[in-house]
Amino acid sequence: MSTQNSSVSPVTPALTNGSGAAAILAAGIGSFTLAVLDIAGDKSTYVKSSLIFYKPTGPLSGVVIATVVVCLLTWILLELRWKKRTVALRRISTISLVLLATSLLLTFPPIVDLF
Amino acid sequence: MEITARSLWTLIHGMGFGALYLLACSGALVELYRFTSHTSGESASGKDRFLKFYLVAMAVLAWLAVLTGAFLVYPWYRAAIPPGTTTLSLFPQRLLMSSPSTMGWHSLGMEWKEHVAWFAPISITMVAFVFIKYGSDLKNHRQLRTSVLCFAVVSFVAAGIAGCLGAMINKYAPVQGGVTVHLYRSDGK
Repeated sequence: MSTQNSSVSPVTPALTNGSGAAAILAAGIGSFTLAVLDIAGDKSTYVKSSLIFYKPTGPLSGVVIATVVVCLLTWILLELRWKKRTVALRRISTISLVLLATSLLLTFPPIVDLF
Repeated sequence: MEITARSLWTLIHGMGFGALYLLACSGALVELYRFTSHTSGESASGKDRFLKFYLVAMAVLAWLAVLTGAFLVYPWYRAAIPPGTTTLSLFPQRLLMSSPSTMGWHSLGMEWKEHVAWFAPISITMVAFVFIKYGSDLKNHRQLRTSVLCFAVVSFVAAGIAGCLGAMINKYAPVQGGVTVHLYRSDGK
């Protein structure tokens, strides 16, 4: 991701935006992971059985545990990489919000049934 | 007056953690907007500290709501019917699916609720982290502030959808069973 001076305020920010960008993108990727795993489990019996991490909860257990793991790992990696940098926040925010909005739509059962 | 253990846990999940989170959401949205768009130079360290604590408490509530929902209440909801069972009252998912008039509460309601609810803790955790990290400096990062507010709104919407669907599902097919807890013994008057 390219770097830029993204200050939009007349006041110079005390902190770089890298940490915030890392958290935002990780949340977007985490949300999208949940939606993709939900659809994958719905469409494939192999994936569905692979997602049963805790039998009483069924495939939902694998979906949410994998989502949390992906979200945390992404967050840690991005945080380590970006925490002292100023990054292209406009593009990262747009990607994250698109991922989040898509995820919301992809969890809606009538849309899942289209796949 | 009595309640079953499963009903009590459903109540703690929905009314204790979920509803409290929803109540907290509206306050958080207003305070986040006000705090991060305020441009005067007046000191706001007290408010800053309070809002940080408030957002952390919200994140804890959101995680408790989804974790108790997915790993405690949901297994009772989707429990398989043992052979020879004649009544479906202890098997909410099967009860809903037994009638065309209630089937949608499972196939659409629960199927959506069980996934959409997770956007709430994921989003609010990010919001809390960013606010703790940046505090009042967030007002100098306009794009970051906009994203944080969008995620906070989505968190509220996701929790609202999950909460409404949960309340309706529990109305048509309540989670019941387990040990009976006596809350109050009436003397018959």
